[in-house]
Amino acid sequence: MNIHIPTPLRAYTGGLETVSVTGTTVSSVFQQLTVQYPELKPHLFTPEGKLRSFVNVYLNDDDIRYLPNKEETPATDTDELTIIPSIAGGTSCRL
Amino acid sequence: MLRIHYADYEALRAHGEETYPNECCGVLLGKNIAGEGDGAPVNSAAAVNYVQQIVRAGNTRTDSAHNRYHIAPQELVKIQRQARGLGLDIVGFYHSHPDHPAQWSKTDFAEAHWLGCSYIITSVEQGKAILTNSFLLSGTGEDDKNFEDQAIQIDIAPNVAEAAALNQKGQA
Repeated sequence: MNIHIPTPLRAYTGGLETVSVTGTTVSSVFQQLTVQYPELKPHLFTPEGKLRSFVNVYLNDDDIRYLPNKEETPATDTDELTIIPSIAGGTSCRL
Repeated sequence: MLRIHYADYEALRAHGEETYPNECCGVLLGKNIAGEGDGAPVNSAAAVNYVQQIVRAGNTRTDSAHNRYHIAPQELVKIQRQARGLGLDIVGFYHSHPDHPAQWSKTDFAEAHWLGCSYIITSVEQGKAILTNSFLLSGTGEDDKNFEDQAIQIDIAPNVAEAAALNQKGQA
């Protein structure tokens, strides 16, 4: 299946925007991805192996955090996975 | 350096005026000139984030929109898809600081994760856009990330030939 890589992480995929990985579930796809591109791993996962809180992963149009089976959701070659870090901020408190 | 067309620069400032007293937010689509396609660091000092198009986004922080912004990841996925269709990349983001300096805040820094991308901030005082600054999120990860002041070059007339060449590269 195709995985779309956001601009900041392309330095770890040889500049590729889209990489192709095989796997039957989201977690096995991620497993393969980090075997193919090991430098990606610390940017996606905490040392404990959990997906970093600011990293969002979409299987087609669905956030995997909200899918019933989460990372164990089945994936096929025609599915697309998108990795997208969060965007937020603001003044937060006034001077 | 950040390069942006005058019309886009004016449009992102106008967005901040329109949403005042709330924060606006949006995405910068274009090309990172130093880093394109070769795996070279996108955040080296010589890199240029060349904006070809800006995309307005919605601020999901309706609970605290006057001092916070957040773009829904689903909207971001769509924008990234749109960029791909145009042969462009996400090279940065913009937001406004209503009645607050055009300087990144602790919150901006804590929530910034797009290394190599530009973060444009416009101060909007009493509904009028005042200063616009750009900051490059440099570093290699969460532990050594840093916001660096980034010069903005505003192109008065779009360089059509240059843009076409960039787009062609993006589609290759």
